[in-house]
Amino acid sequence: MNEVRVLTPSGMLGSGFPPETLTRGIELGADVIAVDGGSTDSGPYYLGSGTAKTAAAAVAQDLRLMLRAAASAGIPLIVGSCGTSGTDSGVDWVAGIVREILAAEGLSLRVATIYSEQQPAVLRSLLGRIRPLPPANALDPEVLDSCSHIVGMMGHEPIVRALEAGADVVLAGRATDTAIAAAYPLMKGLPAGPTWHAAKIVECGGQCTTNPRAGGVLATIDAGGFTIEPLDPGNACTPTSVAAHMLYETVNPFSMREPAGTIVVSDATYRALDDRRVRVEGSRFEPAAQHTIKLEGARVTGYETMSFTAIRDPHILGQIDTWAALMRKTIGEWVTRTLGLGDGDYEFDLRLYGHNAILDDLEPDRSPPREVGVMLLVHAPDQQTATAVAKVANPLMLHLPTPDMNYLPSLAFATSPAETERGPVYEFALNHAVDVDSPTALFRINLPEAHSA
Amino acid sequence: MPDPRTIAELALEVRSKNAGPFWVTMELFMRDAAGYAQVADPDYLNPTVIARLYGVPADTIQMFRLPSLNVVKISFPRPVSQGSLRDRDIHAGQHHVPLALHPLPH
Repeated sequence: MNEVRVLTPSGMLGSGFPPETLTRGIELGADVIAVDGGSTDSGPYYLGSGTAKTAAAAVAQDLRLMLRAAASAGIPLIVGSCGTSGTDSGVDWVAGIVREILAAEGLSLRVATIYSEQQPAVLRSLLGRIRPLPPANALDPEVLDSCSHIVGMMGHEPIVRALEAGADVVLAGRATDTAIAAAYPLMKGLPAGPTWHAAKIVECGGQCTTNPRAGGVLATIDAGGFTIEPLDPGNACTPTSVAAHMLYETVNPFSMREPAGTIVVSDATYRALDDRRVRVEGSRFEPAAQHTIKLEGARVTGYETMSFTAIRDPHILGQIDTWAALMRKTIGEWVTRTLGLGDGDYEFDLRLYGHNAILDDLEPDRSPPREVGVMLLVHAPDQQTATAVAKVANPLMLHLPTPDMNYLPSLAFATSPAETERGPVYEFALNHAVDVDSPTALFRINLPEAHSA
Repeated sequence: MPDPRTIAELALEVRSKNAGPFWVTMELFMRDAAGYAQVADPDYLNPTVIARLYGVPADTIQMFRLPSLNVVKISFPRPVSQGSLRDRDIHAGQHHVPLALHPLPH
């Protein structure tokens, strides 16, 4: 093939897109549909718990449209980082939805699944080949066992293997955002520089256009570069909107590491072909001497209980920092007196929404607020303790006066009961990469079987 | 229109976001080359200034200047672990504000 057209209907499976996005892309000759199903952006909970951020019904709606389009056009569909974090449970969750749709629609497509979850024992055997990525430190092997889930981020190679085996639909566990869109053009022999750069530009769907809410994009990759255009005829890509996407959620806007090498765009040029299509040339891909797989792991740090009240009284708001300091001090005293707990048994954060909750000490504007929401977030080794602390704090959240008041105010609780148990909370515990001899070694590829009604 | 007093008033957009779970990144999208020249001046914005605004070590800060886009980009390791008890901005989406409100040079 001299050129390959990659259709990305949206930046995230389950976020929805206009159905015309697909019909337009197919009309323009799309060779593959690629969509990302995951992200770490929303925090460690989804990897830690092995659950998805997106609603099953929303994922099913997107998949129904894409499976119909792929089947009617006879082109493959690739979904990466299934179930938000790419755990095995995430792949199985998306695969289950796909099977239901194929049966309901009477479609016969061959579905491959690729599992990316890693076992601590296997990683322990590779310890000497695991390196920290900044700002992490060398890996303490105990961390591997403490994680509830660990995934490896695959490059394009396992996806290519599934496609070469005849898959119409590839459902991948954790994959780099770019690998999903790069796999098919690389398999067809298109050059790595334009392919990887195009894959990075399309990974967020319409983000590289002047109206990111108007649906997805189509990238046409050829020997000399790639051309990118939005699928909504009213939307536009401009040299600036395309170039600026290299900045999005990246540390370094000039280079990006993939398992197989580095995308280098410092010499790339962006030229308007007309008022809505952009031509990109000069992108490079520098193959790495050593293939690496990045690891992601999440573990439970404890349990949280949240309580939320609110203040409108101008007298208290006039000295809100004094009030908050008194609240912090009194919670500690009451918890010690009634529960016998001290430092180290629990922690809490008191956040003043409407005053300085988001930036805290970094907040440049200290002017008096009109109303303030007070969130108490308690963290403890178990749920019972977290909730007990929040319950002890409850009368203070209702009635704490400022030091100069000689009566007890009543504040505005937002809910009853006041306490909400948040369950286990997680942290990302790994920021490491493992050197591998084979780009597919850490991944289990289930080659396609025919699924039909 | 009065002269802009802050970066936000001079810029098209100032934004911040996670760059993976362990880094924060911010971009100043300036309107033109003149605005870019003001904020790209290393005497005005540099790791020492960012370190003071965000309470992070200066030697961990990376700055990128992109004259072709009139953009200055700043990245540093996330000072608070994502999703932890002290993390009040899961996507780091509001962390641009201290930089956006930073006074312009006279």
